[in-house]
Amino acid sequence: MELHKIGIAIAWIFLYGYLIVASIDFGAGFFSFYGKLTKRDHIINAIIDRYLSPVWEVTNVFLIFFVYAVIGFFPDVAYMYGVALLVPGSVALLLIAIRGSFYAFANYGARKNTVYLFVYGVTGLFIPASLATLLTISEGGFISVDGQRVELLLHQLVRSPYAWVVVLLAIVSVLFISASFLTYYADRANDTEAREVLRRFALYNSLPTIFVSFLAFFTIRTHNPEHFERMLSMSWMFMASLACFLLALALIIQRKWYGTAFLFVMLQFAFAFFGYGRSHLPYLLYPYLTVESGVTSDAMGVALIAAFVGGILLLIPSLFLLMRLFVFSATYVQGRK
Amino acid sequence: MFAFDQVIAARLLTSLTLGFHIIFATMGVGIPLCISLAEFVGLWKKDVHYLLLARRWARGYVITVAVGVVTGTCIALQLVFLWPGFMQLAGKVIGLPLFLETFAFFFEAIFLGMYLYTWDRFQNPWLHWVLSVPIIIGAVGSACFITSVNAFMNTPQGFRLENGVITAIDPWQAMFNPAAPSKVAHVLSSAFLTVSFVLAAIAAYHLYRKKQHEYYQKALGFTMLLSLVFSVLNTVMGDWSGKFLAESQPEKLAAGEWHFHTGARAKLIVGGILHEDTLETEYALGIPLLLSILAKGTPDAKVIGLDQFPRELWPPLYVHYFFDLMVGLGAYLFVVSFLFVGLSFLQKRGKLTRFSRYNRPVLAAIMAGGPFAVLATECGWIFAEVGRQPWILRGVLRTGEAVTPAAYLPEMLVLFVLLYVFLAVLVTSVLVRLFRKTPPEVELEARKIIL
Repeated sequence: MELHKIGIAIAWIFLYGYLIVASIDFGAGFFSFYGKLTKRDHIINAIIDRYLSPVWEVTNVFLIFFVYAVIGFFPDVAYMYGVALLVPGSVALLLIAIRGSFYAFANYGARKNTVYLFVYGVTGLFIPASLATLLTISEGGFISVDGQRVELLLHQLVRSPYAWVVVLLAIVSVLFISASFLTYYADRANDTEAREVLRRFALYNSLPTIFVSFLAFFTIRTHNPEHFERMLSMSWMFMASLACFLLALALIIQRKWYGTAFLFVMLQFAFAFFGYGRSHLPYLLYPYLTVESGVTSDAMGVALIAAFVGGILLLIPSLFLLMRLFVFSATYVQGRK
Repeated sequence: MFAFDQVIAARLLTSLTLGFHIIFATMGVGIPLCISLAEFVGLWKKDVHYLLLARRWARGYVITVAVGVVTGTCIALQLVFLWPGFMQLAGKVIGLPLFLETFAFFFEAIFLGMYLYTWDRFQNPWLHWVLSVPIIIGAVGSACFITSVNAFMNTPQGFRLENGVITAIDPWQAMFNPAAPSKVAHVLSSAFLTVSFVLAAIAAYHLYRKKQHEYYQKALGFTMLLSLVFSVLNTVMGDWSGKFLAESQPEKLAAGEWHFHTGARAKLIVGGILHEDTLETEYALGIPLLLSILAKGTPDAKVIGLDQFPRELWPPLYVHYFFDLMVGLGAYLFVVSFLFVGLSFLQKRGKLTRFSRYNRPVLAAIMAGGPFAVLATECGWIFAEVGRQPWILRGVLRTGEAVTPAAYLPEMLVLFVLLYVFLAVLVTSVLVRLFRKTPPEVELEARKIIL
C-alpha cells in the first residue's frame, strides 16, 4: 500500500473514532437539556452522568489526533485549510472550549443548573454542525485559491442547500448514535424507565437519519457530480450501511439485544463514513489538493506509521481496561460501585 | 483596529493562549507526580492524612485538567490557523513528536479516568496506586514531545532547505535536536517545582488562617520537602539550559543578559535600564566574571555577545527583565523552601524550638511563593519565546513570513480574550467552592467512621 493511502486511512480512522465517541457525548448533552425541558431529567440524567464522568477527556483527543494525523501525513493541508478556516475554526474552538470547561461544573453537582444544561445541550448540536461543515468545504466551491491567497467564500456556503443538508445530517446522526448507545447503557444498568425514554429518542431519530442521508446523496449530485459518480461506483458500501441500519432498527423496535443493535449502528456509520471517505479520494480539497500531491516524505511517513503502530499497541489494552471498568462492568453501570 | 499589524495580532493571540495554557499544562505535568507520591506515602505509612491529601489534590486536578484540555485544543488548532506557513513546514519535519504527544496525552487521559473513579474499588489499595504510574508517564511523555517541538524551533535540524524546497527529511533527527535535552529537563523540573510550591502555598494559607489540624502541617511539610528537592534540581537544569544557550544559541543568552561585547571574563548584569541607541546600561548591578562562570564554567571563558550578530537579528532586549525575574523568583523559592525544611529538621532534633515553624512570616513567605512560582514559569516561557525572535524557526523562517494572511484576526483576539477571562473566573470559582464545600476536617470525620 502506498504511503498516502495508509496516511489517509489512519486519519480517517481517528475521525471515525471521534464521530462515534463525540456523538455519544454531544447527544447526551442535548438529551440532558431536552429531558429538563420536558421534565424527564430525573429519569435519564443519572445514566448519562455515570457514563460521561470517566470518559469525557478521551473525546477531544480523537479530534486532535485527526488534525495532527492529517497535518503529519499531508502538511500542505495545514496551509490551505489553516488560512481559510481562521474564523469558522475559531468559533468552533470557542464552542469546544466552553463545552469542555463546563465539565468542571459537573464536579460539584451543577448539572441541575438550567444555564449549564442549556450551554451543554446547545453546544452539543452546534459543534457537530460546524465540524461537518468542514467536510462540506472540502467538496470544493467554497474556497478560492489564488497563489498564496486563500479565501473562504462564506456567502456561497450559507446559500448552498448541500451545506445545510450536511448540517442536518450531522445533527440527526449525533442524536441517533447517542440515543442508541445510551439505550444500551441504561439497559445494562437495569434502569427500565430510563431505557424506555432513551429508546424512544433513538426511534424518533432513526428515520430522519436515513431520510437526510438520502437528501445528502441528491444534493451532492448537483454540488459535486464527480464525487457522486465515485459514490455510485462503490454503492455496495452504502447499501451495507442501510442494511445495518435496518437491522439495528429492527432490534431496537423489538426491545432485543441493545448491545448488538448499537454495534449495527456503529457499522452503519462505518460503512457510510468510509464509503464517503473512499469516494472523496483522491481529493483532500477539491480540486486543489489531492492525497498524492500533498503527501509527506517517505521518511516522515514511515516514522508516523511506526508511531501509530506503537501508540495503538499501547492504547488498545488501556482502552479495553477502561471499558472493562466502566462501560462493561455491570456493577459500575448499575451504580453499585 | 485597521492599523493593527497582522503579525502583532497573531503573536498576541498565540502568547495569550500559550500564557494561559502553560499554567494548566504545568499543573498537568506536576500534579500527577505529587498525587502519586502522597498516595505512596499514605499507603506506606498507613496514614489517612496523606491519602486524603492525594484524594483532594486529584479532585482539584480534574478541574485544571478540564481547562488544560480545552486550552490545549485551542493552542493545537491556533498554531494551524495563525501560523499556517510554519505548520506546513513543521508538519513536514517535526510532525512526529506532535503526533506522539497526542498519544501520550491520550494514554494519560485514559488512566486518569480510571484513577479518579476507582478510589475504593480494589481490594488491594496498591493496585489503585499503580494506576497513577501511567498517568505520570503520560504527563511527562507529552511534556517531552511537545517541548521537543519547541526545541526544534530553536535548533532546527533533520532537513535541508534548497531553493525553498525541503529535502533530506529525517524526523528522528529533528525530534532529537540539540536543544531538546536541556529544554525538556528544565521544563519538567520547573513544572515539578511550581506545582509543589503552589500546593504548599495552599497548605500554608490554611495554617495562616489558624487552622491547626495535623493534616495541614503534614501537607505543608511534604510539599516543602518536594519544593526543596525540585528547586535544587531546577537550578541544575536551568544552569544546563544557560550553558546550552551560550554554546548553541548565543544571541538568546546575550539578549537575556544584555551582553553586547564578545569577550572573556564577562560581567553579569542584573536589572538596570538600557539606552538602546548607545547600548549603555544604568542602575544595573554588575557582578564581575559571573557571566563567564555561569555560561562556561570558568571565569576566563569567552562569552559571545550580540556584536557577533547583525542588529536586525537581535531578539528584543526587554527579555532581560523576564530572564532576571525568572532567576530571582527561582532563587526566592529555593531560599524559602530551604529555610522551612532546615527549620523542621532542627526542630525535630529539639533545637530552635523557641520559634514555631508555622509562624506567620514564614507562612506568608510560602503563600507568596505559590503565585511567584507560576509567575517564574510564565517569565521563563516569555524569555524562551521572545528570545527566539525574529525567528519562528531559527535561521530558517521568520515569524513575519509564517503568519496567516486571513482577515478578522483582531476580532478573533478579542473573542479569545473573553474566553480566557471567562475560563479564569470559572475555574477559580469552581475550585474555591469545591474545596470550601467539603473541608478536610469534615472528610476526615466521615472517613474515621468508615475506618
